[in-house]
Amino acid sequence: MNAISRNAKEKLYFNIFRACGALVVLTLVVIMAYMLMGSLPVLSLDFLTEPPRGANTLGGIVTPLVGTICLMGIVFAFAIPIGVLSAVYLSEYQGKGWGARFWHIVVSNLAGVPSIVYGLLGLALFVTFAGLGRSLIASGLTLAILSLPIVISAAREAIQAIPSSLREASMALGATKWQTIWHHVLPYALPGILTGIILALSRAAGETAPILLTGAAFYMSSMPDSIFSQFMALPYHIYAVATQTMAGMNGSPVVYGAAIALLMLVIGMNLVAIIVRKRFREKYRW
Amino acid sequence: MKYIDKIGWLNRTQGQSKGRFFDGASHTVLFTITLISASVLVAVAAFLILGSLQAFNVIGPVEMLFGDTWRPTSFHNPAFGMLPLMAGTFLVSFLASIIAIPIGLGCTIYLAEIAHPRIRAFLKPAIELLAGIPSVVYGLFAMLILQGWVAQLFGLQHGYVALNGGLILAVMMVPIMVSLAEDAISAVPLELREASYALGATRWETMRSVVLPAAMSGILAAIILSIMRAVGETMAVLMAFNQTPLPTLDPFSGVQTMTATIAIEMGEAAVGGLHYSALFAVGVMLFMITLVMNTVANRIMLRYSEAYR
Repeated sequence: MNAISRNAKEKLYFNIFRACGALVVLTLVVIMAYMLMGSLPVLSLDFLTEPPRGANTLGGIVTPLVGTICLMGIVFAFAIPIGVLSAVYLSEYQGKGWGARFWHIVVSNLAGVPSIVYGLLGLALFVTFAGLGRSLIASGLTLAILSLPIVISAAREAIQAIPSSLREASMALGATKWQTIWHHVLPYALPGILTGIILALSRAAGETAPILLTGAAFYMSSMPDSIFSQFMALPYHIYAVATQTMAGMNGSPVVYGAAIALLMLVIGMNLVAIIVRKRFREKYRW
Repeated sequence: MKYIDKIGWLNRTQGQSKGRFFDGASHTVLFTITLISASVLVAVAAFLILGSLQAFNVIGPVEMLFGDTWRPTSFHNPAFGMLPLMAGTFLVSFLASIIAIPIGLGCTIYLAEIAHPRIRAFLKPAIELLAGIPSVVYGLFAMLILQGWVAQLFGLQHGYVALNGGLILAVMMVPIMVSLAEDAISAVPLELREASYALGATRWETMRSVVLPAAMSGILAAIILSIMRAVGETMAVLMAFNQTPLPTLDPFSGVQTMTATIAIEMGEAAVGGLHYSALFAVGVMLFMITLVMNTVANRIMLRYSEAYR
């Protein structure tokens, strides 16, 4: 084979790969553009502050938005402390033998369980068995369980990235293990842990299937008044309006608007996570 | 010697009494917390199996797994054969895979080996954002926009068919696959590439004969994990096509996936009834499928991480 055809071949293949990359970016742009275009008629601040009206086909999205924020609060309260502390245990106390391998398998399997299966768990465990009923707390706890593996693996990665010389220096000065973790490991791992927390919360905010089984309502005239009441949530609101109202099926701006609001929330959190990670990666170089 | 002992004693009793307390307790406390998180996996399995026992007892496991009719709400003649649901899940995941794997692979190679750092700095976050978009938004896009395109392209009356679901799942699979597979390609040591260049290979030849084979197991794991996402996806398939439990592999027909079955039918199934229990059995199947796929992917991944340490 001569050199020219080899180079031509390379060019051809590289252009194919380039096209694949471009295609992926194009999908992102197309999806965002259609969502934005569809939502233009309702895009205003009022949309965020008004409750839905006319069987969810008019008005704003404040009730579902508040529901989603409440869910994120519950996830934050339960999944974050348990997840981060588990990660501390797994990376600082657990050795590197088969035990570590076992935990790794457990966490990765948890991360792979489909969200609808977590919904089934929530239905059986929180709604029925624990008697919480279809409620904010049942859905919140279900989402907390779903986010747990994300928090654990992100925090674990962040903690393991800290060089062991730092720990050894602290120990050499007489600090105990817990003091070393508290004063030296966790502060440096914080940006990485924070990134994981933000990503887990954004995932919880966007999940629909688990809350569909555990307590999201098609319509509520008011905000949830306690953690034991049913609630509206943004992702379920999108699904419900799109599939159960005529206006939604025909692509009413209300449903696009709700999608844009959810996208802004989730993408905003993702961007924050990306920025946090980038800034701290530049700040600390081991 | 005595002096040193004394300092140690002082340290322990006065200076660090607080630290010492935490130290003694921390191991136990943290271990307990970790047990709580690990018990979730046990809880998932236990509650799913408990919930499905009734269905497996009454209907029988063979009939459930291989029965070709899913007609749970029929009053006179209900049937709980999971075959149509498994066929539906298989069909849409298969369609999604044959579209997503080549494109994902191409995008991965471009991102890892070809892209200029400046393009990379923009492409990588874009892919992360794609991975972060909630599935319900993908579902909405499939239902309101993609459906029309599919109908037009293939001359159908409407586009609410399995292919529509396959397409949107492909869009969702690609970012997962790319970010995982890219790690595998980046893990291939530079020396291997340099050796290949030194022997006169072009960049493409190096990639095809050296880098890709070396990263193969990691790429394979990435493919399996992204297929797993397609199998477990609920909202996008639920909204993308008409849910009709037919035991068919026709991409232009409506089908019904396992995930969607649980999502739509749980609302109408009476708690504790046979239908309710059968839906838990569907959940058990889903759980087992993902467990197996995850284990395979883990095995493969372990091998590649050990190969280039």
